[in-house]
Amino acid sequence: MTAYLAKRLIIAAVTLVLASMVVFAVMEILPGDPARLMLGFNASADQVELLRNQMGLNAPLVLRYLHWAGGLLSLDFGRSYTYSVPVVDLVRERVVVSLPLALIALALSTVIAIPVGVFSAGRQGRAGDTLAMGAAQLGVAVPNFWFALMLIYLFAVWLRLVPAGGFPGWNAGVWPALKSLLLPAVALALPQAAILARVARSALIEVLNEDYIRTARAKGLPYSAVLWRHALRNAMIPVLTILGLQFAFLLAGTIIIENVFYLPGLGRLVFQAITQRDLIVVESVVMLLVAAVIAVNLLVDFSYAVVDPRLRGRQ
Amino acid sequence: MKLWKTVLAAAVLTFAAITSSFAARTDLVIGIPLEPPHLDPTAGAAAAIDEVLYANVFEGLTRIGPNGEVLPDLAESWSISDDGKTYTFKLHTGVKFHDGSDFSADDVKFSLDRARADNSVNAQKGLFAQIDKVDVVDPATVKVTLKNPQGSFLYNMGWGDAVIVSPKSADANKEKPIGTGPFKFQSWAKGSSITLVKADHYWGAPVSLDKVEFRIVPDAAAAVPALLSGDIQAFPFFDPDSVSQVKGDPRFHVVIGSTEGETILSINNKKPPFDKLQVRQAISFALDRKAIIDGASAGLGVPIGSHMSPANKDYVDLTGLYPHNVDKAKELLKEAGLENGFKATLKLPPPSYARLGGEIIASELRDVGIDLEIVPVEWAQWLDQVFTKKDYDLTIVSHTEPNDIDIYSRKDYYFNYDNPTFDKIIAELNLTSDEAKRKQLLGEAQKILADDAVVGFLYELPKVGVWDAKLQGLWENAPIQANDLTKVKWTD
Repeated sequence: MTAYLAKRLIIAAVTLVLASMVVFAVMEILPGDPARLMLGFNASADQVELLRNQMGLNAPLVLRYLHWAGGLLSLDFGRSYTYSVPVVDLVRERVVVSLPLALIALALSTVIAIPVGVFSAGRQGRAGDTLAMGAAQLGVAVPNFWFALMLIYLFAVWLRLVPAGGFPGWNAGVWPALKSLLLPAVALALPQAAILARVARSALIEVLNEDYIRTARAKGLPYSAVLWRHALRNAMIPVLTILGLQFAFLLAGTIIIENVFYLPGLGRLVFQAITQRDLIVVESVVMLLVAAVIAVNLLVDFSYAVVDPRLRGRQ
Repeated sequence: MKLWKTVLAAAVLTFAAITSSFAARTDLVIGIPLEPPHLDPTAGAAAAIDEVLYANVFEGLTRIGPNGEVLPDLAESWSISDDGKTYTFKLHTGVKFHDGSDFSADDVKFSLDRARADNSVNAQKGLFAQIDKVDVVDPATVKVTLKNPQGSFLYNMGWGDAVIVSPKSADANKEKPIGTGPFKFQSWAKGSSITLVKADHYWGAPVSLDKVEFRIVPDAAAAVPALLSGDIQAFPFFDPDSVSQVKGDPRFHVVIGSTEGETILSINNKKPPFDKLQVRQAISFALDRKAIIDGASAGLGVPIGSHMSPANKDYVDLTGLYPHNVDKAKELLKEAGLENGFKATLKLPPPSYARLGGEIIASELRDVGIDLEIVPVEWAQWLDQVFTKKDYDLTIVSHTEPNDIDIYSRKDYYFNYDNPTFDKIIAELNLTSDEAKRKQLLGEAQKILADDAVVGFLYELPKVGVWDAKLQGLWENAPIQANDLTKVKWTD
């Protein structure tokens, strides 16, 4: 168990270092000068040079990498070029939108997907299964921004139950804030739920065909007991893997949904920073996301060990 | 008896009028497509900064009015010496900054000296280049001495980049802007919205609104439901392609106005074969402006024949010089020795006028034998490759700075255009303040650019505003990029 986790931790650390180099290099190769972007068409070349110096952009590449990476180690993420505030402050403001959104979406997709998967697996090939999997196919195929717009027209414009977009902030109260995250969470969750339901169904069907399930049924256990106690637990590993991947996707990959609902989340921050060549913000936020993804994967690895006792004993 | 009735009726009406004016809304949520990077108009070129703060939070010596005219602002009046080099500004008294400190001539000197200092990163430093010195005569009088007479000086002082700031708060304006305007900054929820509220003491005419929120809505598709649901009541800069969805809805006003955005097909004048006049003229003949406006701007936008807004008083209509004529274009290419046509690239920045217009222009140029490869780029790439390194053949961009015909005389500008006659006219224009003389010089300048077919002049970018039909006082045109809220009010 300890060896298993130690190995995972070392792999995680190496991944972080490599990722930091790749992220930094990619942002450097990208054409575009943040100083020129800030000063626009009318500024002279001398002035752009002056601003570059003030922003510390003229220091040698390796030196800037070491400065940045060293800062990350001491949890100093640098200052944004365009906003001229610490990156940490920007992230703190955004994460209170993105994290709850991702968690709600994740919870929603799990709550929808697992029952649908179980339902479908139990009726393999029958009308209910075909219907549920048809719906799931649709859920995978429909682009989420289009689905989001349909939700807005129905619930915000027509029924006026929720705002069409924007985020009032948690200061405005828990309910108004949650209300504005509801539609985006549904728009995010449904395609994820569709994928998850399909995975849960196929994993469950595979397990239900195992010999031990037949044995359990043969010794007289009722179907529901076999399903819940034996089959579902064994089908959890692929489901957990997908859940882990989805969480990372939900946390960072929400750029489109955040644009449609104009939510001030992490995806928007990164997107804006890329267009404005706010290199330090892009680099630091991407590193944070990399760290989050690695942390979630570690958690998933750890949960395998909980679900599957054989992994605990493995050296 | 009759008189008594009339008096009573009048009293009732007056009472009704007063109560209804008390009952009118005083809050407003405005949608803006881009978030300002920071809130200091003197430290960045982003139009979004002025769209929130200009005339609302910050004021200058002069200001630009709704139709591009120069109006007095913090300076109530001024006099100009006979040699045109000394401007004496008489300032308003009793003006306070939002932090409670008093405004005086010292702040004017501080602001102008700061903007033109060696280490200044003011994005429009050129506006202040002619200032020789700024002297405080008394707390309400300031004297600005120029190196040379400058015809556009009063206009220049009306730019957002020339607003007056206080030495106590100037360095913190990026996060917490302190100005002298009728609205003061309240809060900025980054990525989401910026809120202004009515200032406690304001020296000028009182404003009707108590609270204004600028909400950032980056996606054009999200703007329509935000309007329909009533969440946002005004989009002063609306996406032309979405107009059809709200047009005809009596709840909204759709207002099409003009901007200072000359949308052009920029040509690299030094790069063969574009260095040949015939080739550039052939391109101008090949362009069908109407088709481009229909396709790229939903049919909105006025054709231009040179680098000047048709709304400008000095505009000369030169659109007839190169009518759409494919045969003429082919003939000119033959004269240039290119009867078999040639290949070139067309780099397109992200705005839809460029991406949509580019497709149309590529097909129009193909008709005369010019085969264009379309290269989409982001703004950062465009500024780097096209604007700074001049590594391009053709590109489409809208030059939104007002009165910017002088860019064609700038050394090293990305057009790579060099015409001493044109440079001389601009040099003379800069020294001229006589209106009639300026008009004549500006006319000549426009003519030269059109004759030389320096770039393909397409159309003036429209300003499409959509707002609640009960809202009054928003600008119809955009002589500068601003959302002046000083006259905005709700009617019922």
